[in-house]
Amino acid sequence: MPINQMTATEVANRVINKNELFILDVRNQSEFKDWKIEGENIEVFNSPYFDLLDGVEEVMVHIPTDREVLVVCAKEGSSVLIAEMLYEAGLTAVSYLKGGMKAWSEHLEPVKIGDLDKGGSIYQFVRLGKGCLSYMVVTNGEAAVIDSTRMTDVYIDFADHIGAQITHVLDTHLHADHISGGRQIAEKTNATYWLPPKDATEVTFEYQPLEGGNVVTIGNTAIDIQALYSPGHTIGSTSFVVDHKYLLSGDILFIDSIGRPDLAGLAEDWVGDLRETLYRRYRELSDELIVLPSHFMIIEELNNDGSVAKKLGTLFAENHGLNIADDKEFRSMVTGNLPPQPNAYQEIRETNMGKITPDNEQQREMEIGPNRCAVR
Amino acid sequence: MIKSNSVLDATGLACPMPIVKTKKTINGMEPGQVLEIQATDKGSTADMKAWSESTGHQYLGTIEEGKILKHYLRKSSGEELTETKYESIISNHELQAHLEQNKNSIVLDVREAAEYAFNHIPSARSIPLGELDERLGELDHDDEIFVICRTGSRSDLAAQKLTSAGFKQVKNVLPGMSEWNGPVDSTT
Repeated sequence: MPINQMTATEVANRVINKNELFILDVRNQSEFKDWKIEGENIEVFNSPYFDLLDGVEEVMVHIPTDREVLVVCAKEGSSVLIAEMLYEAGLTAVSYLKGGMKAWSEHLEPVKIGDLDKGGSIYQFVRLGKGCLSYMVVTNGEAAVIDSTRMTDVYIDFADHIGAQITHVLDTHLHADHISGGRQIAEKTNATYWLPPKDATEVTFEYQPLEGGNVVTIGNTAIDIQALYSPGHTIGSTSFVVDHKYLLSGDILFIDSIGRPDLAGLAEDWVGDLRETLYRRYRELSDELIVLPSHFMIIEELNNDGSVAKKLGTLFAENHGLNIADDKEFRSMVTGNLPPQPNAYQEIRETNMGKITPDNEQQREMEIGPNRCAVR
Repeated sequence: MIKSNSVLDATGLACPMPIVKTKKTINGMEPGQVLEIQATDKGSTADMKAWSESTGHQYLGTIEEGKILKHYLRKSSGEELTETKYESIISNHELQAHLEQNKNSIVLDVREAAEYAFNHIPSARSIPLGELDERLGELDHDDEIFVICRTGSRSDLAAQKLTSAGFKQVKNVLPGMSEWNGPVDSTT
């Protein structure tokens, strides 16, 4: 009997629309503990497939019969098997996640953030499974991509679809949590690839140095991306102010947390930079700027339309990391609260420098797991 | 090369098949025997570990050889349930202290060669319980011998065997490698 499959796109829609869904996650406990599909009305129950091979009777008592049930595993195979067993045991509204958590980790959901003053729009690409956010600024047939993921086709196809040519690709910093698609997009589209030079001292390829004060102009109508040097997550971390309205904060400032300073050096060395950026440089900016970070940590950070964005003024009032008056307390909060480092973060950095070139399967493995770029 | 009782080829198979096949194969094996599973699915390592834990089999370790992962499992033997009979015993802690002072003491590890390969006391010699009778000649009757296994049960049998074969200073180490906190080596 054919079991229904559900795509990552459908799951993303349910997360964003806050629809109900019951997920039976059949990966092993440690993977489940590490990361899972989350949503306001999504209930998840973990029972490894290898405990169900002799029968699903025991797990049936945990599965509601009044809701759709989605079986999820790492790649797909085990979820098909278990979904079939559940179906045979009498559960009819059961499907499996196409491509498993691998597909979920790679899914990007484009969300329009808003229009630009002189025409054009800015889009956010929400990677729900990993918490990564990337951006496309479009105006007058030209587009800039910022902090792209390695799923480069998504951006290229999206630009095609809206009739724009990608002319600039920018990374706010050298990423340690995900593999950047920046260089590849730039190569495929003949765009200029911009990187902060202080993060790029070891890269093996040509790039355009992006420094504070630089202005990248897109389209004839001059939508400006102003670079603002904002070290702290990395030594080169640079923020962008787009069209005087949006602050792309990279991994420096998130909605409910702040950047961590230890992924490319020592926390003690960079915590001062982080403090300086968050408590001085950012304070000089307009409260009206809409902060668009490169990550979210928890699903509550999503707005109702699925976007992750909030006014800088609101963050100054609400984000705990921006409200620690005492310098010492800030230091101990930042350096004493560090979560585990992201999976394979050293290899990811080396990949982003061009030092190693893992194949697709290896890249996928390297990115497995949750994003851990912030401290709360 | 790690010694095992059976080898299962699960290369090229995606999850759940490596576990499905392992489960089937191990069902046909004797308690305490070691199975080598060759797989190419990267996720199989974590699953083997977790599955072993949930079923009571013992996950020994994994060796990566090129693209092939070799997992080693030892079928559960129920040895945790038996009481030890041999009376001359020494605790892990006491043995560790003793070894720090007496570098030449003989530690005899009677677990399977595969268990020994992944984790053993640096100075320990490996003679699996099943080979002990035929290899008694490798040991000296007058030496002080500390016999160790995973939980103290196989070493209990080995200590009895040694004593009745005329060895004079034999001690069983309790509880054994399962809770050993001292230095370890691996030969993998």
